[in-house]
Amino acid sequence: MDLPNRPTGRLSILAAAYVVARRDFVAILFSRSFLFFLIGPLFLALVTGVAGGIGMKVQESAQQPLLGVAMSQHDTRLMLRAQQTLTEQLGPNMPELVVVKQLAPGETIDPAATLKNSKANLAAIVTGTPQHPVLTGSAERISSWQGRVGLLAAQALGKSPVIYPEVELAGVATATRADQTRSRAGTAQIGQGLLFMLTMLLAGMVLSNLVEEKGNKIIEVLAAAIPMDAVFLGKLFAMLAVSMVGISVWAMAGSTVWLTTGHSLGEYPAPAVGWPMFFALGVVYFSMGYLLLGSVFLAIGSLASTVREVQTLSMPVTMLQLLNFFFASFATAQPGSLIEKAAMIMPFSSPFTMLARAAQDGALWPHLLAIAWQLVCVSVLIRLGAALFRKRVMQSGPQRSKRRRFWQRSAAPAASASA
Amino acid sequence: MKLGEWQMPSNAPAALNEPLAIEAPLAIEARGLVKRFDGFTAVDGVDLTVPQGSIYGILGPNGAGKTTTLRMLLGIIDPDSGIRRVLGHDRPHEVAHAIGYLPEERGLYPSMKAYEAIAFLGALRGLPLKEGRARGKALLEEHGLGYAIDRTIRQLSKGMAQQVQLLGTLVHNPRLVVFDEPFSGLDALNQGKLEKTIRSLAAKGTTVIFSTHVIAHAERLCDEVAIIAGGKVPFAGPVDVARDRIRPQVRLETRKADGPWRAALPADARHEGQFWLFSLPDSGIEPLLRALIEGEAGILSLSIERAGLHDAFVAIAGEAAARALEENPEEPS
Repeated sequence: MDLPNRPTGRLSILAAAYVVARRDFVAILFSRSFLFFLIGPLFLALVTGVAGGIGMKVQESAQQPLLGVAMSQHDTRLMLRAQQTLTEQLGPNMPELVVVKQLAPGETIDPAATLKNSKANLAAIVTGTPQHPVLTGSAERISSWQGRVGLLAAQALGKSPVIYPEVELAGVATATRADQTRSRAGTAQIGQGLLFMLTMLLAGMVLSNLVEEKGNKIIEVLAAAIPMDAVFLGKLFAMLAVSMVGISVWAMAGSTVWLTTGHSLGEYPAPAVGWPMFFALGVVYFSMGYLLLGSVFLAIGSLASTVREVQTLSMPVTMLQLLNFFFASFATAQPGSLIEKAAMIMPFSSPFTMLARAAQDGALWPHLLAIAWQLVCVSVLIRLGAALFRKRVMQSGPQRSKRRRFWQRSAAPAASASA
Repeated sequence: MKLGEWQMPSNAPAALNEPLAIEAPLAIEARGLVKRFDGFTAVDGVDLTVPQGSIYGILGPNGAGKTTTLRMLLGIIDPDSGIRRVLGHDRPHEVAHAIGYLPEERGLYPSMKAYEAIAFLGALRGLPLKEGRARGKALLEEHGLGYAIDRTIRQLSKGMAQQVQLLGTLVHNPRLVVFDEPFSGLDALNQGKLEKTIRSLAAKGTTVIFSTHVIAHAERLCDEVAIIAGGKVPFAGPVDVARDRIRPQVRLETRKADGPWRAALPADARHEGQFWLFSLPDSGIEPLLRALIEGEAGILSLSIERAGLHDAFVAIAGEAAARALEENPEEPS
């Protein structure tokens, strides 16, 4: 086996990390798990769609609560006409009216008994006359319908305007400040939610990847050839690159569907920093959030050797991250407060909080500060994670039994004595 | 058996701050290496000097500390104390490009093609990927595995995958090759092939260091060995010196069963069948020969048998370690 020249120098940390990252990136990109990763959101959309559809069907099949009317023939006619008129103005806010009974002169009805025995979906019954309507039903229902029945009676008596003036509609292109604030809060929440979902999903993937690698025993070959920091960095950045590919595919597919169904981004109020900057910051904060969490998960991975161990060890971190997300969401609802500032500073909540801030506040300098701070935290966490990874991932062999330890200790003096 | 009077061991532990007396350039130099795991001392003050271009064996039972020692030498783990110098560098990763390592627990990425796996292992050592791919294909062809070039590791048998990893260990033409239990799991044919590979590497000036719990491999291949037991190295040096730790055994057959010459036999002489068996005296064989001739013992045969490495191992590491070596439990150290 005559081989030509040998490499002349060792790889730098970055070059070594690149070798690992390139391998991982290609391997993951062409793996079945990446396909599932890509179509994961499709399943989510499918499940959401199916659940929504079922919900609508259920809602449709559920009978609307009806308001029964039991009055004289004349009054009943007046009430029905009034209901028709008001429904044209108020739409579904007016309860649907059904005739329970047209009473003959002097005839009375027990509305409570009628309600109880009725096979129709009656929620309440209005009796008496339009001058003195009596509403019978559950306390909650009659309280809810009291005003509307009053309006109905007034309309029946002709005390409401006979002709409602036509209101000319003059829509405005830009949202009012109140609308904008509310919508931006919504954008912030959606951004935070997406960021959280993505970071958790990908940090979990990097963890599975590492456990698989430990199972393959390749980790020792890597550890012998390059520094563990490089292995750690390579794995982190490979998954980051994979996630960027995934996000790009999702974004393209999503926007294609979105645009072809006649929607546009203009339907949403632009985030305070503008859409391009919001997306750019989204990418940066996603990267930071992922690197922070990925470092923790990789360090956890170094402690685990089986998928079960990984699940056990990662569960508390997942729960903590969930709490962290809630904390960031809570902080977002209180702009300018100390809580928001704390959420901006805390490394694990900072990316979520700052992305939400980008939706609500146009100032850019806090983002520069936050990114610098997050970079510091990322580098510290990567160092710590890599140190733990290095310390734990290559622990020699299985735990020895007490018996074996005893043998080891007793063998040494015997050996010395013999020598 | 008294050994101390025969020959002083060449590896008398040196104080950490004393310079080593280096006669030949060393590939590996380690002094006082200690490694503890959870309070258990896996390696306890190991000293090693591996000359460049030699075949060096680390011989000991499983659990003796072989793998931990190798991992420390390669920089996979750091020692708790002691110093190590590999190819002249204190930090082994500084010279990772000149080292090849085949761990005991072999592993490759199952979805990688054979030549890609070799190229990847080379790339980890600084070999450009393109060059590694070309070398990988050439090496597979050269070793009769050309048909497996485009097969994934998953599609290969365990033995073939081991060969691929071996080729990946050597693809960057390292100056120092470290094998951890390289013969375990190999059939006799492949063990022979590996021995040949190790010899050819050494013939080209490559330093080969391997751990084993099989004395025969060490005896056949090694220029020097370190005997390790219970995390300590009671002997490190040339195989001949290890053997010489035990006096050669003399087997004497005489026509006469008794006579004045009997007084010239050493104290440990015992009669078994028609032979007298005893250790070679400090004074050598000549005075005894003279006494036998003058006493007309009638020498029928006389042979001096040098001790084997196994006997040396028993003498150096102790019966318990030797028994553990023979038990061969499949457990990483």
